[in-house]
Amino acid sequence: MRHIISVLLENEAGALSRVAGLFSARGYNIESLTVAPTEDRSLSRMTIVTSGSDEIIEQITKQLNKLVDVVKLLDLTGGAHIERELMLVKVKAEDQAREEIKRLVDIFRGRIIDVTDSTYTLELTGTVEKLNAFVKALEITEIVEVVRSGGTGIARGDRVLAV
Amino acid sequence: MELTGADIVVRCLQDEGIEHIFGYPGGAALHIYDALYKNDHVKHILVRHEQGAAHAADGYARATGKPGVVLVTSGPGITNAVTGIATAYMDSTPMVIVSGQVATHLIGDDAFQEVDAVGITRPCVKHNFLVKDVRDLATTMKKAFYLASSGRPGPVLVDVPKDVTAHTTEYIYPSSLSMRSYAPVNKGHPKQIRRATDLLLNAKRPIVYSGGGVVLADAEEELRELVRLLGYPCTSTLMGLGAYPAGDPLFLGMLGMHGTYEANMAMHGCDVMLAVGARFDDRVTGELSKFSPGSKIIHIDADPSSIGKNVRTDVPIVGDAGRVLADLVADIKARTQKPDEQAIEQWWDRINEWRRVDSLAYDRESELIKPQEVVEALYSATGGEAFVTSDVGQHQMWTAQFYGFKQTRRWINSGGLGTMGFGLPAAMGVQMAHPGATVACVTGEASIIMCIQELSTCRQYDLPIKIINLNNRYMGMVRQWQEFFYDRRYAHSYMDALPDFVALAEAFGHTGMRIEKSGDVEGALREAVNLKDRLVFLDFITDQTENVYPMIAAGAGHNEMHLHPGIGAPPRERELA
Repeated sequence: MRHIISVLLENEAGALSRVAGLFSARGYNIESLTVAPTEDRSLSRMTIVTSGSDEIIEQITKQLNKLVDVVKLLDLTGGAHIERELMLVKVKAEDQAREEIKRLVDIFRGRIIDVTDSTYTLELTGTVEKLNAFVKALEITEIVEVVRSGGTGIARGDRVLAV
Repeated sequence: MELTGADIVVRCLQDEGIEHIFGYPGGAALHIYDALYKNDHVKHILVRHEQGAAHAADGYARATGKPGVVLVTSGPGITNAVTGIATAYMDSTPMVIVSGQVATHLIGDDAFQEVDAVGITRPCVKHNFLVKDVRDLATTMKKAFYLASSGRPGPVLVDVPKDVTAHTTEYIYPSSLSMRSYAPVNKGHPKQIRRATDLLLNAKRPIVYSGGGVVLADAEEELRELVRLLGYPCTSTLMGLGAYPAGDPLFLGMLGMHGTYEANMAMHGCDVMLAVGARFDDRVTGELSKFSPGSKIIHIDADPSSIGKNVRTDVPIVGDAGRVLADLVADIKARTQKPDEQAIEQWWDRINEWRRVDSLAYDRESELIKPQEVVEALYSATGGEAFVTSDVGQHQMWTAQFYGFKQTRRWINSGGLGTMGFGLPAAMGVQMAHPGATVACVTGEASIIMCIQELSTCRQYDLPIKIINLNNRYMGMVRQWQEFFYDRRYAHSYMDALPDFVALAEAFGHTGMRIEKSGDVEGALREAVNLKDRLVFLDFITDQTENVYPMIAAGAGHNEMHLHPGIGAPPRERELA
């Protein structure tokens, strides 16, 4: 099953490689991993999208907690949560396709953020499913480049991950 | 007062109460060595290879419970130490490694003797640090010792660039510290302890499975009290030997791949298992799908990630083994319910039947020297009181099986990583820690060669270690597997062109003995043990064909042991109730 694990860790050199090294050394899957400092500069927040059986996910959270740089973590999948990913797509946009792509972007509530004679650069935020659906819909033209940020997330309601 | 980084490193060691460190100098570490030269409190033992330094510090730590300290230089200094660090990591030894690093402005330039020490050691340390500012040095050293020694212990590396060891700052060694990201759990959850008591008191076929964590936690008294209070059988992993005394009627011997018949059969047939400080290693469990079917498992461990990793657990208890066992004893004593006497008696009847198989039997009439008899003779020559280190292979298993350890921290071997070459340098660390004690290194002619250069260190510091070389002219365990599983194709397991070990020992300034007859074994050992001021290298020319029994082959369960061919088939098993 797919899990989104949010991790607060010390904003130290090497903290990211400890997490990445843990996943590769123990053979755990990483679908995506994003990390950036929080409003408290001494902490980074990492979001790991992974998958595995309940036993594997239990081991992943235990092994992450065992890393000395990890302060706290929360498996968002354990409760209601909001998931978002940012995607930037550069597509061929010529002749009638320009109108079609624009309509598609509107339907998906995306934005065109850069334009040339022959291309559009599009921005879209949403769940993984929505982003995948958008990429599929863009088959009406030629996709030149896709950039995805990897998933991030936050728990709904009172559930928080903070020190 | 302002001190240089180098002085700070040494002062931190002094203030941490460290008396001995093991190391080897080199360019990036020279400021630190200069600081050591001026310090009277911290004694440095110069090894001959950095691997030896790490194993020696490891042996020191295992024999004392105090953290072992290693000092090496950058580049090859630290890479040579990596095997020793990984060995310590796998067996959870508290250790602090200080490595020199190239100056901060050179890091990343492929400078002379530069290696990414933090990167290269990351998978085999509990934690590591690169200190880029001398003002962080003392706190980092404090953190290193705290992390290495608390919770589940392990090695911690502090990498110190050369310019940082030259810079100066005010020296303040923190008396304590707290880390928001690290808080080991020591006290077991009371509800879980009550659940464990319920299971234990209702057990019909219980077993206590004790591991190295009991040794690390110094929890042998609590373990013994619990086992004796309940009257339940107790078995131990390789790493836990000595926590429950061998020879005690409640002790079933070691379990696992080369465990006793009674220990493995009891693990297979039990209905309640209390695992404490053990991690269900593959060498213990055999094939997981066949492991102890139908038992309820209570698992006490300092490391939450050990629980449920390999085997499902019914009652997980995270905490310090000693505290949890003491709480468990208190809870059991407070209950009116007592163990089911009749069921336990029937269980012991079964176990005693298994015991009668005598699974450690070997041919005592042989004219060739049997390795088992050497270990037994070592036991009697040392009154069972020696500190015994070993290398890895058949000799390690025979030592575990035949030297009946009655105390913890006496049996020092590389269980997790299985590092050949561990025995001699580890024995140096043990002997430094216990100068008056008899320290024996049981080894084989393949293992001993791997760190043979340390004979020179032993000479320099007059370490009167007794090296018991069980010389069968084969990498014995490799040969045994090739005999069993590779149709006797002995690919590269034969040790051709062995040295004359007696001459070799003498060349290093020690005493050497070669023993070729069974009748000479005991006398030679007694003579060697009485040479209290000398290292004696005893080269026992043993039976080449001897194998370690019992054995659980890959893919087999605990009830599918190979027994010694001389024993015959075990009695037919009745169906488990």
